[in-house]
Amino acid sequence: MSRTRVVITGMGWVTPLGDDVERVWSRLMRGDSGLAPVTRFDAATFSTNFASEVRGFELDPALVEFAPDAHLNSRFAMSAAASAWKSAGLGDVRSMGGEAARRAKIEPGRLGIYLGAGEGTPDFDNFAASNLKGWDAGARDTDTARWAEAALARLRHASETEQEPNMTAQHLADVFGARGPSFNCMTACAASTQATGEAAEILRNGDADVMLAGGSHTMIHPLGMTGFIRLTAMSSRRDDPATASRPFDSTRDGFVMGEGAGVLVLETLEHATRRGANILAEVAGYGASADAYRITDIQPDGVGAGAAMRQALEQAEIDPMRPDSGGRPPVQYISAHGTGTKENDSIETRAVKLVFGEQAKRIPFSSVKSMFGHLIQAAGAVELMTCIKAIETGWVPPTINLRHPDPECDLDYVPNTARDMRERGGVDVCLSNSFGFGGQNNTIIVKRFSP
Amino acid sequence: MVSGWAYNRGMSRRVVITGLGVVSPMGVGIDALWEGLCAGRCAIGPMTRIDASGFACKHAAEAKEFSSARDYVPKNYRKAVKVMARDTEIAVAAAKLATEDAGIVTKGYAEEHAALTYEPGRLGCQIGAGLINAEVPELSAALSTATDGAGAFSLAKWGESAVNNLTPLWMLKYLPNMLACHVTIIHDARGPSNTLTCSEASGLLSIGESMRVIEQGRADACFAGGAESKLNHMGVLRMQLSGRAAQTESGEDGASIVRPFDRDARGLVIGEGGGIVMLESEETATARGARSYARVLGFGAGQSPSRGDAARRAEGMVVAIRSALRDGDVEAAEIDAIVPHGAGVLRDDEAELAALRDVFGDRLASIPLMLMSPMVGELSAGAGGVAVAAAAMALRHQMVPARVHGGSPDARVLGGRAEKRPAKLRRILVVTNSLGGQNAALVLSSD
Repeated sequence: MSRTRVVITGMGWVTPLGDDVERVWSRLMRGDSGLAPVTRFDAATFSTNFASEVRGFELDPALVEFAPDAHLNSRFAMSAAASAWKSAGLGDVRSMGGEAARRAKIEPGRLGIYLGAGEGTPDFDNFAASNLKGWDAGARDTDTARWAEAALARLRHASETEQEPNMTAQHLADVFGARGPSFNCMTACAASTQATGEAAEILRNGDADVMLAGGSHTMIHPLGMTGFIRLTAMSSRRDDPATASRPFDSTRDGFVMGEGAGVLVLETLEHATRRGANILAEVAGYGASADAYRITDIQPDGVGAGAAMRQALEQAEIDPMRPDSGGRPPVQYISAHGTGTKENDSIETRAVKLVFGEQAKRIPFSSVKSMFGHLIQAAGAVELMTCIKAIETGWVPPTINLRHPDPECDLDYVPNTARDMRERGGVDVCLSNSFGFGGQNNTIIVKRFSP
Repeated sequence: MVSGWAYNRGMSRRVVITGLGVVSPMGVGIDALWEGLCAGRCAIGPMTRIDASGFACKHAAEAKEFSSARDYVPKNYRKAVKVMARDTEIAVAAAKLATEDAGIVTKGYAEEHAALTYEPGRLGCQIGAGLINAEVPELSAALSTATDGAGAFSLAKWGESAVNNLTPLWMLKYLPNMLACHVTIIHDARGPSNTLTCSEASGLLSIGESMRVIEQGRADACFAGGAESKLNHMGVLRMQLSGRAAQTESGEDGASIVRPFDRDARGLVIGEGGGIVMLESEETATARGARSYARVLGFGAGQSPSRGDAARRAEGMVVAIRSALRDGDVEAAEIDAIVPHGAGVLRDDEAELAALRDVFGDRLASIPLMLMSPMVGELSAGAGGVAVAAAAMALRHQMVPARVHGGSPDARVLGGRAEKRPAKLRRILVVTNSLGGQNAALVLSSD
C-alpha cells in the first residue's frame, strides 16, 4: 500500500511586509525590512522598543461579522485563511455565509483545521489596574477579594475568552463551515510548522480530505515584550532597529518580535486532482522531535534539530549526504529557523552540517526573519510559504543585515541579496526548520509537484 | 531495549494502554481515583487555594493530596520545580506515575546501568494544556513597583526599570508547552512531542494524536494526556465571566452542585488534575511482556460551530464519534459504556446530549454513563486523560463506577444516584467537547 500523497493548493498570509502574497514576495526579493519602533503601545522606555508590526491591516467587514470580538491573532488568521481559500480556487468566503465548505463541494466533516495559533492579546491596562487595586502593600500579597471586585468590574468576558488559543480555530470553523478534525497546538516558535506537518499526517491517515493549516500570533503587547526582555532573547539595538534582526551575523544580539499569520490549504492528492486544483507543491516530509535537554537552552550539538530534519528527509526519501540526480544538492533551499540569537544560529548551522555533511555548504540556507522579524507561532507557516514561492520562481530570499561573518556560521546564508537559482537548475525541494523554546524541533520538506 | 521501526508506509499498528498516571481531586494515583469513583465520593468542597469570598462560586475540586512535584522528580531535577506552574507539576507527577505503572524505565529514574525500556528517539509525548495563567500575586508584586504619583500603573516606569523586578524566567513558567518539555527532559523522550491547547478537549485530542503517532510508526510509546489547574485568580475569574461556573453559597454541600445532563444544571465547578497514560504499540508492549489495560481502538475529532441550536452545535461531536467508531471498526450498538464530558453547563450539555442521541438513538437511555464531573469537577485540559484512565480501569475491573448525580436528570440518559455495579464491558467510548468547539472521541476495547 503506497502512502497517501498530500499537496498544497492554496496559501495566504498577513505579515509585517503586507498581506498580498506576490507583493510581499517581491519585497523579500528586494530585501525590505519590516522593523520599526513599536506603535501598538508606548514602548519608549522598554529596553527593546521596536518590533516588526503588521501595519494598516483591517479585517474585511464581512469576516468580522463571524467573530466581532476576535482578537488580532484571530483576525490575522481569518484573513490569511480567506486568501488561502481563494488562491486554492475554492471561492470567496466573504460571500458564503459560513457555508464555504459545502459551497466548494467539500463535505464539512472532511474539512479539518490544524493551527498553531497563539493566545489572544491580554487586556493589559485593565489587568494591571486590577492587580494594583488588589495589591496589599503591607502584606506584600494580593487581597483576593479586593482583586476580584476590581477585576470583575474591569475585565470583560469576550476579551478574556478570546485569549484562549483555540478560539482562532473556532472562528475559522465558523467562517468555512468546517466540521472535521480540529486542533490547536502551542509548541512555541515551532507551532505552525508542527501544525502543518500534523495536518499532513491527518490527511495521510484518511481522517480528512482538506485541511486548513498554519498559525497566527502576536506578542507585541506589554506582557509579551516583557516576557522576552526578561529572557534576554530579543535584540536591544535601539539605535538601529531597521537592521536589528541579524541572523548568522557575528553582531547578532537576539531576535526581533514580529506578528502575523500564515495559512495553507492542504489536500490529499486524490481530492485535489478530482476537483482539478492547481497544485503549488507537495508535502514530501515532516519531522518532529524533542531536544529533551533543558527548558532554556538548545541541545548544543544540534542532535534534536538534526533528528527532526532526518525524519523529514527519510519520509521524503531523500539521502541528505548525496547530490540529487542532476548533481544539485539534495535540497536546493533551506528556510532557516534563523532567529538571530547567538545560540540558535550557531546550533542550527551545526545541525545542518550534521545532517547534510559535505552537501551542507552547497545549499542556500537563509532566514527571512531578517526581514519579517520573528512571527513566533506564525513563523513556520509563513516561512514554508516562502519555500513554495522559491519553487515557483526559482529565486531564494536573502538573509539581510549579514555584514560580519561569524566563524561559527560558515554556510551559504544568501547574504543580503536574493539569488536567482534558475541558472543552477532551479529549486525543486525545500526544507523549512522551526524550533521552539523547551526543545521543540519541527521540519517540513516541500517539493515541486509532479504527477 | 526495544528497537524501533522506521516510518511506516501504510501499515497501521495496534496501540495499547499500559500505564495510568493520575493526579486528581480524589488523590494521587489511579487507585485513589478509581476507589473514589466506585465509592461515589464527591471531592468538591470549599475553595481554599485562593480566597473565594469575592467570587460567585465558593467551591472547587482541589487536588489536595498533591502539594508539589518535588517528590516526583529525580533529585537532580528538584531545582526546576521552582519554574513550574502547578499545571506542569501535575503533569510531571502524572507522567512519572504512568511510567511506574507501565513498568517502563526511562533515563530520569533509571538506576545506574539499568537498561532503558525504549530508545529515547522512540518515546513520544503529546500532552494537552490550558492557557496557563500567570500568578497574580507574583506579577502584582512586580507591577506595584511601577506606579506614578497618583498610585496608578505607569507603563513608562515599568519598561524603564520595574520590569526587572520580575524573575528572568517568568514567561517560561507559563508557556503551555512546558508540561511536555519538562516531561520529555525528565524522561529523555526525544520522539515527536506536541502540546495541544483546545480547552477541555486538549487531553483527549492528545491521546488521539499519540495513537496516530504510534500507529504510523513515528514512535513506539508515548506519554499522552493532559493536566491543568485553573484554581488561581485568572482561572476562577474567567470561568465566572464566561457564565459557565456555578453560583454557590459557602457552606453548601459540594455533592449536589454539578448536575450534568440535568434541566436544572447550575454550571460547573473548577477541578484540577491531570491524567497521563502510557500508550505503546501492541507489538513492542507484548515483546517486553507488559500487561495492557485496554486497546485504543478508534479515534475521531470534529469541530462544532459556535452558534445555532443544540443539534447544530452537536455537529462536530457527531463527526468525532462517528469517525472514532469507523476508525475502530465498531458499531454504535457495540458500545457498552460512555464517559461523556458532561460539565454541568446547560448549553454545552444540550449539545453533547444531542450528539449522543444522534449516534445512539433511544439506546442512549440504557447505556451506562460514567459521570465524573459531579465528583471531580471540570478538569479542563486534564479531563481527557483522567477520563481515559477511569475507562481503562472500568475495562480491567469490569465495573461501572457509582453516580452521585443529585438533580433531576434528563430522562433520555441514565442519571440519578447509583451504586457501582459489575458489568460486562468490552468497548467504552470517551468523548469531550470544548469551549472552542473542538470535540474528540476515543474508543477503548478490553481486547
